[in-house]
Amino acid sequence: MMRKPFAITLDPGSSLANHTGNWRTERPVYLDRLPPCNHACPAGENIQAWLFHAESGNYEAAWRQLVEDNPLPAVMGRVCYHPCETACNRGQLDSAVGINSVERFLGDQAIRNGWKLAPSAPATGKHVLVVGAGPSGLSAAYHLVRLGHRVTIHEAGPYAGGMMRFGIPKYRLPREVLDAEVQRILDLGVELKLNTRVDKILDSMHAGNFDATFLAVGAHIAKRAFIPAGASAKILDAVQVLRSMEGEGKPMLGRRVVVYGGGNTAIDVARTAKRLGASEAIIVYRRTREKMPAHDFEVEEALQEGVMIKWLSTIKQAGESTLTVEKMRLDESGFPQPTGEFETLEADSLVLALGQDVDLSLLEGVAGLAVADGVVQVGANMMTGYAGIFAGGDMVPAERTVTVAVGHGKKAARYIDAWLRGTDYAPLPKHELAGFDKLNPWYYADAPHTVQPVLDMVRRQSTFDEVQGGLDETNALFEARRCLSCGNCFECDNCYGVCPDNAVIKHGPGNRFSINYDYCKGCGLCAAECPCGAIRMDAEEN
Amino acid sequence: MSYQPIKFYQTGTFTVGNRLLEPEDRSVQANMRRTNSLNSGHRACQGCGEALGARYAIDAAMSATDNQLIAVNATGCLEVFSTPYPETSWQIPWIHSLFGNTAAVATGIAAALKIKAIKGGNDRVRVIAQGGDGGTTDIGFGCLSGMFERNDDVLYICYDNEGYMNTGVQRSSATPPAARTATTMAVGEQPGNVFGQGKNLPLIAMAHGIPYVATATVADLHDLEAKVTRAMQIHGARYIHIFVPCPLGWGSASNDTIRLARLAKETGLFPVFEAEHGEVTAVSKIRRPLPVDDYLKLQRRFAHLFGARPRTDVIARIQAQADRNIRKYQLLQEAPQ
Ligand SMILES: Cc1cc2nc3c(=O)[nH]c(=O)nc-3n(C[C@H](O)[C@H](O)[C@H](O)COP(=O)(O)OP(=O)(O)OC[C@H]3O[C@@H](n4cnc5c(N)ncnc54)[C@H](O)[C@@H]3O)c2cc1C
Ligand SMILES: Cc1ncc(C[n+]2csc(CCOP(=O)(O)OP(=O)(O)O)c2C)c(N)n1
Ligand code: SF4
Ligand code: SF4
Ligand code: SF4
Ligand code: SF4
Ligand SMILES: [Mg+2]
Repeated sequence: MMRKPFAITLDPGSSLANHTGNWRTERPVYLDRLPPCNHACPAGENIQAWLFHAESGNYEAAWRQLVEDNPLPAVMGRVCYHPCETACNRGQLDSAVGINSVERFLGDQAIRNGWKLAPSAPATGKHVLVVGAGPSGLSAAYHLVRLGHRVTIHEAGPYAGGMMRFGIPKYRLPREVLDAEVQRILDLGVELKLNTRVDKILDSMHAGNFDATFLAVGAHIAKRAFIPAGASAKILDAVQVLRSMEGEGKPMLGRRVVVYGGGNTAIDVARTAKRLGASEAIIVYRRTREKMPAHDFEVEEALQEGVMIKWLSTIKQAGESTLTVEKMRLDESGFPQPTGEFETLEADSLVLALGQDVDLSLLEGVAGLAVADGVVQVGANMMTGYAGIFAGGDMVPAERTVTVAVGHGKKAARYIDAWLRGTDYAPLPKHELAGFDKLNPWYYADAPHTVQPVLDMVRRQSTFDEVQGGLDETNALFEARRCLSCGNCFECDNCYGVCPDNAVIKHGPGNRFSINYDYCKGCGLCAAECPCGAIRMDAEEN
Repeated sequence: MSYQPIKFYQTGTFTVGNRLLEPEDRSVQANMRRTNSLNSGHRACQGCGEALGARYAIDAAMSATDNQLIAVNATGCLEVFSTPYPETSWQIPWIHSLFGNTAAVATGIAAALKIKAIKGGNDRVRVIAQGGDGGTTDIGFGCLSGMFERNDDVLYICYDNEGYMNTGVQRSSATPPAARTATTMAVGEQPGNVFGQGKNLPLIAMAHGIPYVATATVADLHDLEAKVTRAMQIHGARYIHIFVPCPLGWGSASNDTIRLARLAKETGLFPVFEAEHGEVTAVSKIRRPLPVDDYLKLQRRFAHLFGARPRTDVIARIQAQADRNIRKYQLLQEAPQ
């Protein structure tokens, strides 16, 4: 033993010998929580993850992460109604992250730079028939081909895109953008047969020797309303009008156009009529603006362009150049009731935009298939009552949007893949939600939302140029960096810094952190000061 | 302010690190090779603000002096929890003084280093003295004032947890009015510590006209590190007063330590500023103005103000103190940032 001074018995040493971890009653654990944006995206995009790459200016990595789930970012960035932004936690701080505009920026970057996709799995030898080249069919084809299956699309129309081409007007979705994203999917080896209507699904399946089918025929039959009309009254339906915009002969609507209906389709037709030279485009809708199914920003844009809207009105009769309109009032339960007051509207044509039904004729004679409310019933695995036939998009019960359709395509592809391999596809259990209460918002820089440039009014009323402009690189980066990275570590080093016990181990860029439980006393500071809610305190056992 | 806050880049300089910032704009604490002057295994309470503040400050000083540093430590929690013989958590040259003579011991070491340098030895070694508010504002005050007055080449850091915590939470001259301590019970008409007494040591230090005085909190790391770094660039007597919440003595949750420090600054109760030669040169503006209640409510030492019959009169007096600080130091910014 070393000689020690008086009354000293121990050698000097480090406090590392003292394992203070045994004081702990709660332990911090790192976890990934589900960002509310991801949770709300019908296409199941991992938004937080692609924004993470965009934040550092790595747009290609961001785009590659994005297209893992959705092959149409440039389209989505224009037409998606972005429920992700409605759910975004930043909305509770100042305003939501402009997810949709960054998505569009990434999609456009990819087109500009010619970024390509690559199939990821070895060929399986299985062959899948996809019926309909709308967003749902294209999405399914994309995911199936990446899973190693051969895919053939039968499309009745002369071009791919479905309602993205024959419904959504050019001023919202330029066709070069649609073409580029469709082509990128076809480049993966998806076979597209245009002008190929499927009349009997089982016949087509047998003829092509297909192993499975994904149906995505959409909803294309216009709903009619009974309106007594003179022989010379010009009555058209909205889908037909918008479809003919893609052909040679543009629709002849006249100078005074009345559109009947309150959905987005009614708005699109009225705005299209304006651009075709109508001096008046009037939407007649039986309820109030608040009750209108169309999105408010679209109503706003239409009003700005000079579209007029008659609320609380129904059309009773159509003559050669006039319409009889009855005023309505809302009853206590919010339903419109007739008032017996009538007025006359001048109109060269009446366009009905009352919704669409699904053409189910190709399914006649398919055993076990269930139809309710005019749509095909599917299970949680997107399979119809007939084994091997799956369906998605507008033809199944769900909200009718491009994004839902794309989401169905992805989901169906995963189940079709499992079905073809004779296995079960079990989606990973969802992480717990990273609600706003899980965040420590103090740490985020104050930064208001970036406003997208809007096309000037004259061009909007007379041309089909795109109305919404895109972000440029600086404001896309700014917008991406507004993301709070909800529930997912973004390496801010706060936990590593604030631990009074030096019990957080930093593993370096990209490798995150861990806790040294030998010394962690469980004070909870790391969890409280983690800006994004990526640490949870769990009770210690005993 | 000695550093320019970076507002953008997602979290800017609000967080400890930030992968989007240039490495030189990140904090010393974000660095995987920080000194960790105060290592794991120390016996400070869960969530101790003093342990955190000391590592923040000394790591920054080590980084600023290229590790040429000696620290002198007064008796108090920081010494007791870090160095129960024969163990120590310190990973730097460190010496324990008495409770009241830290400034004098540091002066002596600085003088010895000066002689060594004259005799051709290492002339780069710098000295820090550190202690609690009791050791600084009360028992060590005479030695400290002398050190200031002689302009000795020492940085003195006071870790202010507003009481004698190590001996069981007694009142010091830095304990705030109305706070309950073991010696200022929450009884009678004026429960807790009295109003109108106590010492404001940063102002007293400024009155000595020393080259550098600053206040900081454990809630703003970039600011704290910048102030320590600035202090180490200056020779002569320097003083930094760091606000360090104490969960045990304040009756606060261990995970509220940083939040409380943030609230002390945001309410205006603890003005964060720096001064050179007796004049204030910069203040940290309040980012989100808040009433003092938000700060007081989180601490059981103020619980008697919020019982069945809330003492709105006492709270109003505390609010008036905050408002006076806000006026005096111009803590509000013109337009919200
Ligand atoms: C005017 C209008 C505007 C809209 N705007 C938006 C918007 O801004 N944002 C949004 O999210 N959603 C919008 N929608 C809704 C959206 O377009 C649809 O929900 C979506 O396109 C549905 O996708 P899908 O793949 O199910 O069907 P569709 O897009 O309808 O595609 C179905 C395809 O199947 C083909 N097909 C049909 N029958 C057969 C058959 N028997 N054999 C072979 N092929 C067949 C069709 O030709 C078509 O190409 C809009 C809809 C309309 C009508
Ligand atoms: C001369 C002398 N008197 C009293 C004590 C007992 N003592 C040790 S630490 C301490 C209180 C320390 O308070 P403070 O300086 O504020 O440090 P804290 O523990 O609060 O960090 C006291 C009174 C002592 N060590 N020496
Ligand atoms: S597809 Fe729509 S919901 Fe999903 S991220 Fe894009 S904008 Fe948001
Ligand atoms: S802040 Fe980012 S991660 Fe959080 S919901 Fe919004 S986009 Fe998603
Ligand atoms: S801050 Fe440190 S001691 Fe406190 S819970 Fe986190 S790891 Fe443990
Ligand atoms: S009593 Fe206070 S200052 Fe002392 S170790 Fe505990 S928390 Fe820290
Ligand atoms: Mg003290």
